[in-house]
Amino acid sequence: MLHIYCPYCEEYREEEEFRPKGEAHIARPAEPEATSDEAWGDYLFFRKNPRGLHHEQWYHAAGCRKFFNATRDTVSYQILETYKAGQQPTVSAAASGKKVAK
Amino acid sequence: MQHYSGFGLVKHGLSHHENWQRMWRNPVPKSQYDVIVVGGGGHGLATAYYLAKVHGITNVAVIEKGWLGGGNTARNTTIVRSNYLWDEAAWLYEHAMKLWEGLSQDLNYNVMFSQRGVMNLGHTLQDMRDIHRRVNANRLNGIDGEVLDVKQVQEIVPIMDCSRNTRYPVLGASWQPRAGVARHDAVAWGFARGADALGVDLLQQTEVTGFRISGGKVLGVETNRGYIGGKTIGVVTAGNSGVLAKMAGFKLPVESHPLQALVSEPMKPILDTVVMSNHVHGYVSQSDKGDLVIGAGIDGYNGYGQRGSYPTIEHTLQAIVELFPMFSRVRMNRQWGGIVDTCPDACPIISATPVGGLFFNCGWGTGGFKATPGSGHVFAATLAEGKAHPLAAPFSIDRFISGKLIDEHGAAGVAH
Ligand SMILES: Cc1cc2nc3c(=O)[nH]c(=O)nc-3n(C[C@H](O)[C@H](O)[C@H](O)COP(=O)(O)OP(=O)(O)OC[C@H]3O[C@@H](n4cnc5c(N)ncnc54)[C@H](O)[C@@H]3O)c2cc1C
Ligand SMILES: [Zn+2]
Repeated sequence: MLHIYCPYCEEYREEEEFRPKGEAHIARPAEPEATSDEAWGDYLFFRKNPRGLHHEQWYHAAGCRKFFNATRDTVSYQILETYKAGQQPTVSAAASGKKVAK
Repeated sequence: MQHYSGFGLVKHGLSHHENWQRMWRNPVPKSQYDVIVVGGGGHGLATAYYLAKVHGITNVAVIEKGWLGGGNTARNTTIVRSNYLWDEAAWLYEHAMKLWEGLSQDLNYNVMFSQRGVMNLGHTLQDMRDIHRRVNANRLNGIDGEVLDVKQVQEIVPIMDCSRNTRYPVLGASWQPRAGVARHDAVAWGFARGADALGVDLLQQTEVTGFRISGGKVLGVETNRGYIGGKTIGVVTAGNSGVLAKMAGFKLPVESHPLQALVSEPMKPILDTVVMSNHVHGYVSQSDKGDLVIGAGIDGYNGYGQRGSYPTIEHTLQAIVELFPMFSRVRMNRQWGGIVDTCPDACPIISATPVGGLFFNCGWGTGGFKATPGSGHVFAATLAEGKAHPLAAPFSIDRFISGKLIDEHGAAGVAH
């Protein structure tokens, strides 16, 4: 069971209160009509899916019902940080010096 | 290859079963192959077998980082069915079903394919409408299927709670009599033995760490045992497909998730079919050994850890106990996870890639075991011809750009 720190509630809560919502920081193309099929397909379907550090969204479904972000290792499942929607991560694969497993 | 038969069993019994031939060699990698298959799960091994058997291409290596069939092939709950909604998917899975029906004879290896029927329960009016639609679509495609009412369901599975007293009463089911289960390890071993006998090199403990690409064309693979050249390369690495695509310099529309299963202590025969429910979300069958084999959905987060979290197990068992109150006191023996490569439309990717000579067969997600022979058969043709087999053509990566998705979430709503 993961213990997840909600940056809005400022508390650790059990995994069951949350829903994972996939890769974070995906920007919707500003002008959909002017976007190529490739770029639109990429936006809709193609994800980084890294083996290693992943910046992802979580939803505090049974709590404050807010969306926030987390940086999590997809092999050990360890959560290195959580941060509010709209903020940038402070831990990244390069910055942490942590080898992202192949 | 030593032929297996009842007579052979008796003969080897006389020498205390000490003189059985090894099932496959443990060869030293050659420097160059005509075809390299990366990933020695059921799909990769079936690909190699059909390459040699159907297309006469025998200078083939299967490169596996662990041991043969140790990935999802070893971890799945072995449900085999072909009652998919959309034509493209139905044809592909039914192609596999036809191969399953003759597989033990073809491989001279008992894959214990047991057509004990698979039942998909409906608990709401909308479930039942979807079931009618799917069964009708199946029949139009020549695939067996029936809609059962609750009385017929109860006759087939007397131990299930079909009363009106449950939170989600059973209203009926779809029923595919030709569906069932097979022995997962035997499938991998049977294909491995068959491929080896036809000259395929099975390279275990060999991990692909990169691709050598020149002028947009693949030349071979880098491994922990050195460089191995290959004219055509097929990647069949299930949950790790995204990692391999990254090595080759492109992205795939797949995400890797843990999928769990669990088995109980062995019991006397109690359940002689497979029962699945999308709505309460769980499925169960009983293995020949007697243990209940139970599974449900993926863990929602991305993961490569080959394990999942406890809330998922709890939800799974809630569903099973709701359907089968008598199982509430059964003790669970083992629980594990595999890493499944899920696609946005719940259908596989069998496709050329931006790199010439490099093909991927992945995205089978939670339900690829049932396709093992069919997947290998059409992928072998794709690698041999250098272009998609007609049954594989709709499953190209391009559909995620053109928008021509094959949305099978209805038929594959519960992981299996
Ligand atoms: C718990 C669970 C239950 C399931 N239940 C069902 C079910 O009931 N019915 C059904 O139809 N399907 C089911 N599935 C799905 C099914 O198991 C998979 O779709 C199927 O096994 C995929 O086959 P494969 O041969 O491609 O994968 P795998 O058996 O996973 O083979 C891939 C192989 O690639 C190897 N590999 C990875 N990276 C590298 C590398 N860099 N170099 C070399 N080798 C590499 C791996 O070691 C692995 O052996 C289930 C899956 C799970 C996890
Ligand atoms: Zn909160």
